[in-house]
Amino acid sequence: MDVLGGLFVDHTLRTVALGSATLGIVSGALGAFAVLRRQALLGDAMSHAALPGVALAFLMTGSRAPLVLMLGAAIAGWLAALAIIGVARTSRIKTDSAMALTLSVFFGAGLVVLTFIQRQPAAGKAGLDKFLFGQAAAMLESDVITMAAVGALGLFALLALWKEFKLLSFDPDFAATLGMPTRRLDILLTGLLVIAIVVGLKTVGVVLMSAMVVAPGAAARQWTNHLGVMVTLAALFGAAAGVLGALLSTTAETSTGPTIVLVATGLVVVSLLFAPARGVVWARIRAWRSRRMLALEAVIADLASLAAQHGSNATHPHDIGALNAVRGRAVVERALSELAADGLARQHDTGGWSLTPRGLAEADRLARSRRAPGVAR
Amino acid sequence: MTSAQIDVLLVAVVVAAACAIPGTFLVLRRMAMMSDAISHTVLLGIVLAFFVVSDLGSPILIAGAALVGLLTVVLVEAVSRTGLVREDAAIGLVFPALFSIAVILISSLAGDVHLDSDAVLLGEIAFAPFNRFAPFSVDLGPIALWVMGAILLINLACTALFFKELKLATFDPALAAALGFSPAIVHYGLMSLVSITAVGAFDAVGSILVVALMIGPPAAAYLLTDRLPRMLGLSVAIGAASAVAGYWLARVLDANIAGSMATAVGIAFILVLLLAPQRGLVATARRQRRQRWTFARQMLLIHLATHEGTPAETDESRPDHMQRHMRWPPAFANRVVRTATERGLIVLENDQLRLTAQGRHEARAAAVR
Repeated sequence: MDVLGGLFVDHTLRTVALGSATLGIVSGALGAFAVLRRQALLGDAMSHAALPGVALAFLMTGSRAPLVLMLGAAIAGWLAALAIIGVARTSRIKTDSAMALTLSVFFGAGLVVLTFIQRQPAAGKAGLDKFLFGQAAAMLESDVITMAAVGALGLFALLALWKEFKLLSFDPDFAATLGMPTRRLDILLTGLLVIAIVVGLKTVGVVLMSAMVVAPGAAARQWTNHLGVMVTLAALFGAAAGVLGALLSTTAETSTGPTIVLVATGLVVVSLLFAPARGVVWARIRAWRSRRMLALEAVIADLASLAAQHGSNATHPHDIGALNAVRGRAVVERALSELAADGLARQHDTGGWSLTPRGLAEADRLARSRRAPGVAR
Repeated sequence: MTSAQIDVLLVAVVVAAACAIPGTFLVLRRMAMMSDAISHTVLLGIVLAFFVVSDLGSPILIAGAALVGLLTVVLVEAVSRTGLVREDAAIGLVFPALFSIAVILISSLAGDVHLDSDAVLLGEIAFAPFNRFAPFSVDLGPIALWVMGAILLINLACTALFFKELKLATFDPALAAALGFSPAIVHYGLMSLVSITAVGAFDAVGSILVVALMIGPPAAAYLLTDRLPRMLGLSVAIGAASAVAGYWLARVLDANIAGSMATAVGIAFILVLLLAPQRGLVATARRQRRQRWTFARQMLLIHLATHEGTPAETDESRPDHMQRHMRWPPAFANRVVRTATERGLIVLENDQLRLTAQGRHEARAAAVR
């Protein structure tokens, strides 16, 4: 609780929380499109590829201003995306190989540039190795302002071209037939992914930034089938993961990036399990219920056909040994006890079972609905 | 060269060869990004195994890391099998999570052991010669060389033993399944090799270079050949050459060796992409250019052959008619006529283009085709 209290008093903590929230909102909202467009791994490749951009920007300008480094990262990430798409388009190399190759080569080139930086005397290099894993505690007000400005630019572009991006994500062919410049829109939307990545580089680091692009979108997707809701939720999830992770990491003194990523992963796990309609747990429950219903209906039908063989006395008790043999003892017993509880079947003093008159009527109804497939019951 | 330099080069070449073999199958099976995922998550295996044995030199660490590598594959498949997220997103969710756990565990150990996450990502092959393998105080060379040599042998042996199965499961998984080779076993077997190789290699070269060496050389080799054995051989050769070139690049620039090797892999790939004899961009562009001229020439011959001996011939076979009829730019049309003349396919008589016997023959052949 004193962490939350500290939010209002402690200047550093407030900066960290604000910055992480900004990062979460931007990467969540823009990343939602990456998830929909199957560009999750492109984000990974681009964030690794940002390293040489950051390092070169620093080497050339000698400045650690966030905007300069972000620009370098953005250009490198952008070039990496172009390289991936270009190689996949012009040769028989598939996208996955192109991505793995580009990310490792760019990252390797980044390492080479980093060694040049480390050789410089008195260079302010301390800030740069933090780019690997991020360090929220080092966040300054100027960082937050830059992140917010760059992020706002990205979000504004997203809103301004909302309809176009929506169509491009779900039905690019239709978008093309409507005369939309799909190629240019595609490049632009991929460019927004770059923004989502560079905004978080300082907090989360190049290695794990991809998770912040994917996780909020993947979590949000489970709760809704509506794009607007999904993007909003992704932004909220991103912000929650950012703030919670940053605060946790400052109190527990763990690296910020990994902590934020683990919180975001937690959100994904909860969403995958418990989101209504899509969640794994609900799906299991639904499957279990329908299996039970099918067993009930099967036992009713069996008892009804036994009764039909018996002619005049439909409620004559029957031995259920045959049923047990066919359906399995446990299934039959559970079904029978449920049917008895509903008053559809009863056990006679002899131990045999029969349907009650209501059960017979139910069996009749079920048989009829089965004979007319497609009729909703 | 000093003996330390020779040691570094040897380690680099063995690592490159060991990575190229499983990498070839990853590239062919379109699972290249799994190398990225596994090379990150094996760190978790190392950390967890370290908690158990408290010894950074223990071979248990490699086993633990290989297990977590497999766990990564299993988790990715479990997540994507729910159908709730696509496979790419599943990879993008699983490996950062496992890697994050590893980084946090390591930072909780900070100071106690020489194991830090930067080193794992970046590797430092320059230190390889200093950890010697010296049983009974007989110096047998760097440990890294022995470890990677063993892994290279395992990779070679598995590939040789199960070559048929790997080949079939890679190119025709349905047929492989129908013939009774379990695609799952081949899949997990391959992933085990990738994991073991990633663990062994990243101590020396760092996880990112593992990705470069696993994917880059096979991708380049894929542009050079259509035969699997040749692709394996070329991958090993390109990987080893890049490693050596990268080492010298690092010496010249006085830069990080792993980074330079990854850069060398990138350069090698670009060279192959541009210059590959059949599939290279230069060869493709030249072929297209040649085809364009050949096609234009054939059009000219067919046009002349069509009107040969008809009343319209005087009109249709005037040299300046071609521009209008074929909608060729004047310079292009002139060049087509010139090259056709030079090849003895047509002659110019009284401002009329006439087919030679050979030209007539070629026109007929082109039209029939």
